[in-house]
Amino acid sequence: MKYRGKAWKFGNDVDTDAIIPARYLNTSDPRELAGHCMEDADPEFVQKVRPGDIIVAGKNFGCGSSREHAPISIKEAGVSCVIARSFARIFYRNAFNIGLPIFESPEAAEAIQEGDEVAVDPERGVIKNLTRNEEYKATRVPEFMQQIIDAGGLINYVSNKLKSTRR
Amino acid sequence: MSMTITEKILAAHAGVDQVEPGQLINVKVDLALGNDITAPVAIREFEKTGVETVWDRDRVVLVPDHFVPNKDIKSAEQALLIRQFARKHNLTHYYEVGRMGIEHCLLPEQGLVGPGDLVIGADSHTCTYGGLGAFSTGVGSTDLAAAMATGETWLKVPESIKFVYYGDLPRWVGGKDLILYTIGRIGVDGALYMAMEFTGPAIEKLSMDGRFTMANMAIEAGAKNGIVPPDETTRRYVEGRAKRPYKFYQSDPDARYARVYEFDVSKLEPQVAFPHLPENARPVSEAADITIDQVVIGSCTNGRLEDLREAASVLKGHKVHPNVRLIIIPGTQEIYRQILKEGLVELFIEAGAAVSTPTCGPCLGGYMGILAKGERALATTNRNFVGRMGHPESEVYLAGPAVAAASAVLGRIAAPWEVAS
Ligand code: SF4
Repeated sequence: MKYRGKAWKFGNDVDTDAIIPARYLNTSDPRELAGHCMEDADPEFVQKVRPGDIIVAGKNFGCGSSREHAPISIKEAGVSCVIARSFARIFYRNAFNIGLPIFESPEAAEAIQEGDEVAVDPERGVIKNLTRNEEYKATRVPEFMQQIIDAGGLINYVSNKLKSTRR
Repeated sequence: MSMTITEKILAAHAGVDQVEPGQLINVKVDLALGNDITAPVAIREFEKTGVETVWDRDRVVLVPDHFVPNKDIKSAEQALLIRQFARKHNLTHYYEVGRMGIEHCLLPEQGLVGPGDLVIGADSHTCTYGGLGAFSTGVGSTDLAAAMATGETWLKVPESIKFVYYGDLPRWVGGKDLILYTIGRIGVDGALYMAMEFTGPAIEKLSMDGRFTMANMAIEAGAKNGIVPPDETTRRYVEGRAKRPYKFYQSDPDARYARVYEFDVSKLEPQVAFPHLPENARPVSEAADITIDQVVIGSCTNGRLEDLREAASVLKGHKVHPNVRLIIIPGTQEIYRQILKEGLVELFIEAGAAVSTPTCGPCLGGYMGILAKGERALATTNRNFVGRMGHPESEVYLAGPAVAAASAVLGRIAAPWEVAS
């Protein structure tokens, strides 16, 4: 199990302004952004979250702006992965590009309750609820996205490609 | 096989004859855009690629607009970073304070985007250029960095939803009302990952500015892009303006759509979206008792010339209500110059409004009109999320410029016909 931690639950349509409010976007420093992660959804989140913990949300997580600061702040806050019923598309791209693991699973989003101990096996696409002794399936990641993850993010993927074409 | 306009543009940029929804493709981009929030992150990532120069200095566009003129030291440092990058790479299209505008008003106005283009921008409202019959979509900073290095990006071909609008638009009802109504019908994830194609007799009669407003808010329904089939109105707009050759694409009559919606808009009322989601759209008459503290007319949604003219036609001869601050922000320097020429700046100031230099400012709760706890604003912007314009316990209502102007006069959300004849 690659990712394991306590679940923090959020509702539907959590937008990027709730994840990282624009008043903090005058910086792109990841540590500073992490200090305000989820602030307008839950002002105490940053104090409560522990390394490895998992965000579990409803539909359309990350809707709104294209700010990569949103997944960056989640990743830097120590969250190991995000599970949601569905993701907004720019957030989905950004998460892969910067290496924040995300899993689409309506089943898990529904069943997991706040405080549950959750573990994710990304290779098998299996989400385990250790508190309730249940197992859920995550939607398979398209192969191309998997290649980006395997390369360690989009920039590495592109650099590798550029190098091989130059040779 | 038949294709939609979106599919045709994607196929052309992927160098293939045919694409299908769901397919992952690599495409050449015509333009890549960044701003003072997203470009600093993109520049950092770009530098990691080891590529020494941007792929094409004419096609990487940087517009500082969110926190400029710089609102504080940190934002000044971000703006400096992109200014230095623009100089180092000798970018043709870098826009400094005094010559700039809100990116999505500026690019079409300057002729940098044309019909049939494929544009990506590290800003979610990049979808605005669909108003011209282009494919344009918002991406993140890392995607922008990769495109700055290679001139390419990857995309998943979206399914398309077709919207057909029938009937003549009533007076005071425009692009903003159509799109708020549409999002109200399908929800903020009603077009998730999809293309929204806006068609029908009401769209054919809509001005370019109204079309930009509609495509601009496609993202508010979760869409990848919004697009309006180009026609004579489009041609008149781009002729003499476009800096590159352009191409008109049209959907085939038997193109496939995931869904088709048909709306009769002949009796539509101006719309107001209640906090805290754009999908909470209602007719203005259902909002008439709500008092407000601030009105903002501007943004990439409604900061264009037609919007400001409409606001002026309502404000004319009236004063802003004593309890209201009215902030008017023209989208670009060119629009500013034009409203100055037409005497609208004087009219606004006469009415008691503040008129600002172009900036995103309050639209994203940046500066220039932040709300205190418990305050309520009506804005012509595009998002009314919690905390969008300031304190997490403030509220934003969304509407078009006519409702905004009438509300500023009456101190409560109001229909235009309550003020103007
Ligand atoms: S005006 Fe508002 S929505 Fe448009 S680009 Fe600026 S901040 Fe974003």
